[in-house]
Amino acid sequence: MSSRVGRIYRISGPLVVAEGLAGVMMYEVVRVGEEGLIGEVIAIRGDRTFIQVYEETSGLTVGEKVVPTGKPLSAELGPGLIGSIYDGLQRPEKEIGVKTGSIFIERGVSVPPLRREVKWSFEKNREIKLGDKIAPGDIVGFVKETPLVLHKIMVPPEVGGYVKWIADDGDYTIEDSVAIVSLGDREYEVKMYQPWPIRRPRPHSEKLGPIEPLITGIRVIDYMFPIAKGGKAAIPGGFGTGKTVALQEITKWSHADIAIYVGCGERGNEMSDALTSFMKLLDPRRGRLMMERSVFIANTSNMPVAARETSVFLGVTIGEYFRDMGYDVVMVADSTSRWAEAMREISGRMEEMPGEEGFPAYLSSRLAEFYERAGRVKVLGRPERSGSLTIFGAVSPPGGDFSEPVVRSTVRYVQCFYALDYGLATRRHFPAINWLMSYSLYIDFVKAYWNKLSRWSEYRETALKILQREAELSDIVRLVGPEALPEEDKLTLEISRMIREDFLQQSALNPVDSYSPPEKDVMIMEAVMEFYRLAGRALMKGVTVARVRELKSRTLIAQMKYYTLEQLKSGVFENIVNSIRSDFKELLGG
Amino acid sequence: MTLESLYVKSTKQIFGVRGSLLFVKAIGGIRYGEIVEVSLDGTSILGQVIDVSRDIAVVQVFGSTAGITPGLTTVKFYGETIKIPASIDMLGRILDGLARPIDGGPQIIPEDYLDIHGNALNPALRIPPSEPIETGISVLDSLLTLVRGQKLPIFSGSGLPHNRIAMQIVRQAAVRGSGEKFVVVFGAIGVTYEEAAYFLNELRSMGALDRTIAFIAPASASTVEKLALPRTALTAAEFIAWNYDMHVLTILTDMTNYAESLREISAAREEVPGRRGYPGYMYTDLATIYERAGRVSTKKGSMTIMPILTMPDDDITHPIPDLTGYITEGQIVLSRDIWRKGIYPPVDVFLSLSRLMKEGIGKDKTREDHREVFSQLISAYAEAQYLRELSAIVGLESLTPRDKKYLEFADLFERKFMNQGEYERRSFEQTLDIGWEILSILPEDELKQISPQTLKKFHPRYRFEVEGRK
Repeated sequence: MSSRVGRIYRISGPLVVAEGLAGVMMYEVVRVGEEGLIGEVIAIRGDRTFIQVYEETSGLTVGEKVVPTGKPLSAELGPGLIGSIYDGLQRPEKEIGVKTGSIFIERGVSVPPLRREVKWSFEKNREIKLGDKIAPGDIVGFVKETPLVLHKIMVPPEVGGYVKWIADDGDYTIEDSVAIVSLGDREYEVKMYQPWPIRRPRPHSEKLGPIEPLITGIRVIDYMFPIAKGGKAAIPGGFGTGKTVALQEITKWSHADIAIYVGCGERGNEMSDALTSFMKLLDPRRGRLMMERSVFIANTSNMPVAARETSVFLGVTIGEYFRDMGYDVVMVADSTSRWAEAMREISGRMEEMPGEEGFPAYLSSRLAEFYERAGRVKVLGRPERSGSLTIFGAVSPPGGDFSEPVVRSTVRYVQCFYALDYGLATRRHFPAINWLMSYSLYIDFVKAYWNKLSRWSEYRETALKILQREAELSDIVRLVGPEALPEEDKLTLEISRMIREDFLQQSALNPVDSYSPPEKDVMIMEAVMEFYRLAGRALMKGVTVARVRELKSRTLIAQMKYYTLEQLKSGVFENIVNSIRSDFKELLGG
Repeated sequence: MTLESLYVKSTKQIFGVRGSLLFVKAIGGIRYGEIVEVSLDGTSILGQVIDVSRDIAVVQVFGSTAGITPGLTTVKFYGETIKIPASIDMLGRILDGLARPIDGGPQIIPEDYLDIHGNALNPALRIPPSEPIETGISVLDSLLTLVRGQKLPIFSGSGLPHNRIAMQIVRQAAVRGSGEKFVVVFGAIGVTYEEAAYFLNELRSMGALDRTIAFIAPASASTVEKLALPRTALTAAEFIAWNYDMHVLTILTDMTNYAESLREISAAREEVPGRRGYPGYMYTDLATIYERAGRVSTKKGSMTIMPILTMPDDDITHPIPDLTGYITEGQIVLSRDIWRKGIYPPVDVFLSLSRLMKEGIGKDKTREDHREVFSQLISAYAEAQYLRELSAIVGLESLTPRDKKYLEFADLFERKFMNQGEYERRSFEQTLDIGWEILSILPEDELKQISPQTLKKFHPRYRFEVEGRK
C-alpha cells in the first residue's frame, strides 16, 4: 500500500500499540513485526494505533515495524468453501497441516483460504447475452461445487455495467476471469471468487418477514418453540447440559441448504468429534454426506483469543454469501460467551471503562451487530430470489446463572430462547431444554405451516398447559405425595409424564430418534392427545387413573419415537391409535 | 534457562516494585515474554517481561522481591522466552517447576529446548479419543472410563483423599495392547511440605518411577514457578508423547493452587477482576493448559490429562471448578458423605461423568458387556438411593422384598464394588466380574438394561453352569 510504516510502541498480550501510522483506518488489517503477524486496528487515539493481533505475540520487540495493508479484514468467498475447516482468519487448517508438516498451528503461516490450483467446471448462465446490462448479485454462471451444492457465481456488490465478455463453459481456476463488465471506460473482471469485509453486512434488496419454520429435527424446538427461517436463537446452558450436542444435532438435521458450524473457544476433541461425524453421516433428506453442505470454523479455546471474534463474523459472512445465492443457511456459534470473554480481555488491556462484570460497555451492541445479520431477505440481482440465514448462538453462563451480562444482552436480540436446564440434564432428560423458561416469538408466523399438518395450535397449547400445571402441582406432590391428589390432577401428572418422556425427550445417540421429521412429531402428539381425551372421558365415568396407567397402549406410545416415519405411516400409527381406542373401550366395558 | 546470549542488555533503572512486579526502564530491543535475571548481591532470580512499551517494561519476578533496590539492583535481559530442556532421560526424574532436578541427580542433558507455552494442536488433524486407560480402580474404570486423549478432572475438597487416588493412578495406570508404551507425568503445584514429602516417598518406593516424571513446586515456591509448573509438565509430556510415540497421562494437582497464583498475579497487575476476583481470562488460561490433551491422526502417541482440584467450600459453581468443567470432558466428583462412610475412593457417581467414555469401552476395548453393566449398575444404584430416602420416611418394614434387595445391592455396591484397597489393582475384567456378582443378588427380571444374550454369557448363575459342565 503506501510507504507509511509504523513502529511498535507497546506490547501487552494480544494488544499491540503502534506509532507513526497516520492515515490508517479503523478495522484495517496491519502486518505486525518482522514475521508479519496479522492484526487489526481496533482504536486510534492521537498518534497511537491500537492493534489486536490474531497470533501469539511472544518475542515481539518495541520498535519492530507495523505495515498497513489498506484493506479491512475480509473473507474470500467462492467455490472451495464447502467442506473446508478454517481458523478464525479463514486459513484452511488441513492445508496448514500439510504445509507445515506439524501437528500444531504455528504462527505466521499464510495459506490462501480457497485453493488456487483447483479447476472448477463453470457453466455460464444462458440468460445473459453480450451487451446486457448487469448489476450486483446477477448470476453469471454455475459451478457444481459438491453433489449437494450448486455454487452460483454472482456479480460482486458494487460492480455493475454492461457485459462485454463472458466465458464459455469449461474448467477454470478461481483466479481466471469468467466475465468482463464495462461501464464507460472502466472495465471489471468478474472472477469466481470475491472478497468481502467480514464486519460489514452484505447488501440485500429487501428484508422479508419470517414465513415458514426452519425444521431442526428436534421435537421440542420444532413443535413447542419453533424457529423461523431467518430467525435468531440463543441456547444458554451451564456445563454438562448438552449444549454442544444440541448444536451439533441442529447443524446435522436442520432443513437448510448450507450449514456453518463455528466452534469458537471450545473443546478441540468436540470439534474433532463433530468433524468426524459430518464426514460419516448422511443427510436424511438427500442421502449425501453432511460434509457436502457444511463449512467449519474451528478456533479452539487454546487458539488466539482475538480470533474468536473474527470466527463469528467470518461464519456470518460466509452464511450471507450463500444466502445471496438464494439458499437457506443455518449457522451455529459455540460459544458466544467465549467471544464475549475475548472482548473483555482486549478491552481490559486497552484500559477502557468496564461495564458489568468487566465486560466492555459495547458488548451488547457487538452482539446486536452479529445477530442482526440473520434474516430472510430478497437478495440483490437477477433472477429474483430470496434466501435466509438462521443463527443459533450458544451461551455458556458461569455457574449456569442466566442473570449474567452475556445472557442478558443476548436475549434482547434473539427471538427464540432455548434454556438448557442443569436439573433436567442430571435427570438424563435430553435435550435438556426447559419448557417453562424457553420461548419462541415466531409462533404466529409458522402456525400456517403446522396447522396444515394437524391441529397444532390447539395441541401445542394443551401440552404446554399440562406441563405448566404439572409444575404447579409438583410442590404439593412433594408435601403430600401423588396419591393424595384428586383423580383429575393425577391424570394431568400422568399425561405430562407422557409428554416429557415420550415426546420431549429425544436421544441424539439413537439413529432413528435423533432426527424427527415434523410429520412424526405430529403423530406422536396426536396419539398422546387421543389418549388424554379418552382418559378424561373414562375418568368421568368413574375409572381411576391407576387403571389408566396400566393400559398397554401407554407403552405403545412410548415406543413411537423409535419407529421411522415410513413405518409409522405404513400402519404402525394407525394400529397404535386403534389399540388406544380399544383399550379404553375395554376399560369402560369391563 | 537457555545458553546465555552473547551480549546481554542490562539496566539499573527500576521505577517501582509492586508485589512480584518490577517496573523497569525499557531499553531498546526488549522482547515481549523474554526472560530476565535480577541480580541481588551474589544471588539472582529470574523473571519475565509481561508488558513492554518504549518507556517501561513490566517484569514479573519468579521469586521474592525482597532486597530489590531501585538504582542498585541490576536487571539483565536475555532476549529469549521461557524454555525448558526436554529429553527422554527425564523419565525417572523428579524436577521442579522449571525442570531443574530436585532429586540430587545430574542436570538433564537436553535433546531440545522447548517453549513451555507450546502451540495449539491443529483442530483439523485431531482424531476423537476412543481407547481406554486402565487405572485399576473399579469405580473409575467401570463407570467413568478414562480415554486416551481425554481431559478428565477430579473435583475434590480439602480433607478428601485425592492425593492418595492420584498416587494410586500413578502406580497402577496402564494401557492395553502389546507394544503400546505408557508414561505418567505427575505435576504437584503449590503443595504443602507434608504433601510433597508424601509424594516423594510414594514415588521413590513404588518401583514405577522409571516410567514416571515428577514435577513438584511446593507451596513455598515462587508464584511464577507455580504458574509455570503445569506448562512445564505438559511440555515434557508432549515431547515424549509426540516424539517417542508414547501414551502419556499427566496428573496435575492441585489446580486450585494454580488458579490462586493466577489471581495473585492478576491483582498485582491491577487487572479488572472477573468473578470472585479471578481474572477474566482464566477460562482461556486454563484452556491453554487442558487443551494440550488429544490425539492426532499423524502420530501414534496420545496426551491425556487428569487435573485434580479442591473445590473451595465444596462449591461446584465456584469459578475454578466451573471454568474447568466447561473445558474438560466430564468430571469425577468426590463426596464427603461417602468418605464419611469410610469408602475409598469416595466418588459421587451421579455428579460424575466421563463424556468420552462411550467411544472407549466395549468389545476389543474393555469387554463386550461393559456398556450394559454400566447402565445397569447406575440405574440400580439410583433406584436404591431413591428407596433409601423412601425408607427413611416410611420405615424399613413397609418396603417390599424387592425393595429390600435393592437396599442390599446399594450396600454391596458401596462396600464391595466402589470400596477398594489403596494398593489393590483390579483389571477391567475383575471390575466387571464384581459388578456382575453384586448385580446377581437382584432378581433377574430387574436387570432391564441387560440384553438376554449378555445375561446368558456373563450372569454368574449361567456362567457357573457352563463352567461346571466343562
